[in-house]
Amino acid sequence: MEFPKDLKYTKEHEWVKVDGSIATVGITDYAQDSLGDVVYVELPQEGGSVTKNEPFGVVESVKAVSDLYSPVSGSVAEVNDAIIDSPEVINDDPYGDAWMIRVEVHSPNDLSDLLSAEEYQKYIEEEK
Amino acid sequence: MPVQYSGVIDEHLAVRGACGLFDVSHMGEVEVSGKGALKAVQRLMTNDIERVVDGQCQYTLLCYPDGGVVDDCIVYRFNSERFLFCVNASNTEKASEWIKANSSGALVEDLSPEYAQLALQGPKSVEVLRPLLDIDPSEIKHFHFVMGELSGSIEAIVSRTGYTGEDGFEIYLPVADAEAVWDALMDSGRQYGIKPIGLGARDTLRLEMGYPLYGHELSEEITPIEAGLKKYVRFGRGFIGEDVLQKQANEGVKKTLVGFKMKDPGIPRTGYEIYIGGKAAGKVTSGTLSPSLNAGIGMGFIDSALKGPEIEVMIRNRAAKAMTAKPPFYQSELQTKKAAV
Repeated sequence: MEFPKDLKYTKEHEWVKVDGSIATVGITDYAQDSLGDVVYVELPQEGGSVTKNEPFGVVESVKAVSDLYSPVSGSVAEVNDAIIDSPEVINDDPYGDAWMIRVEVHSPNDLSDLLSAEEYQKYIEEEK
Repeated sequence: MPVQYSGVIDEHLAVRGACGLFDVSHMGEVEVSGKGALKAVQRLMTNDIERVVDGQCQYTLLCYPDGGVVDDCIVYRFNSERFLFCVNASNTEKASEWIKANSSGALVEDLSPEYAQLALQGPKSVEVLRPLLDIDPSEIKHFHFVMGELSGSIEAIVSRTGYTGEDGFEIYLPVADAEAVWDALMDSGRQYGIKPIGLGARDTLRLEMGYPLYGHELSEEITPIEAGLKKYVRFGRGFIGEDVLQKQANEGVKKTLVGFKMKDPGIPRTGYEIYIGGKAAGKVTSGTLSPSLNAGIGMGFIDSALKGPEIEVMIRNRAAKAMTAKPPFYQSELQTKKAAV
């Protein structure tokens, strides 16, 4: 299982890639593996807003529904519509093609409590 | 039994396209034997075991006097003095006690700890089983069983039954032999692409067929008539619960079990509300994404006065359109064959 060092992570199993004021968000390798085959995704509209620690969408495997929690607050600059038609990409490439939304972050402070790859890995070891 | 091995969709498609092996040893087995066995069994069952011959099995419900379902099970008829009920894991204790309490004149034994059960399911099942069994498995007719020998010396009950809608077998064998037979079946099936199957695919496979699952479509509060299982109820025999079921069959029921397929995106799930023409009409009892159709399917109870075919399933406060449809949602090779006969 991979946890790229250049990403930040949350305890809700999302990853964040920060580039200036833009945060790209997806779910981690651990999350996709726990879910199993992802078959359905709901994402917010472009131009909408998301709130830190609040649900911004849903992923469903054959068996279960899971909320997606936003790691940051801000406005949705871009949505990856391709994964709505091909949700299996989330299993195949969680950190690459399966990014979910890009958020224009309002407050840089939002990023300060995100976990590093090491911290996240330690967290999921403890959670198991 | 784990939720999944290689993945629910992968396992599901293996059973539909080739073959899958399930360890369903959690299922319960209750034997009723002795001179009074036939009479006791007939009083317990909604179906009629006198309509089948020795060596045949039958799907039935067991009901309380109020028509609520104790359990749904398959009854194996060895002869008129020996029957074996295969009951749901979570109901084993309850069902075996119910059978005991209503079988005066017969001996009732819960043999669950002694039996392991493997289910071999899929169009390649006959080929996979053939090298292991002392009898040609293609000779076993649908819903019949034999006492066979596996791998030369292991005695087992082998029935042509299953919970997937595919051709296949359910094998009851001593617990101590289960691992060896599992390995032998996996070896025999390798050339056909056999896969081990978990609970997740067991559920999607049965849902595509519209088979009920106790705790979802059946319960102590639901009768077989409400669940649309009238063809497994044979009236005029004096079985437990008959009066209530007869009345429901004559006068109709307030709620009806329907199957449905989603038209809008979204996956129905247990507990989601169903609306018809803007009115609250009922609830989803089971739902999933159908791996064969790649669409949401489900079952649920609706108010009998409100008829589809178009219904709405409330998915996270969004009304998603669906059409009621009589299962099966997927036509297996086995069903195509049966329809042609």
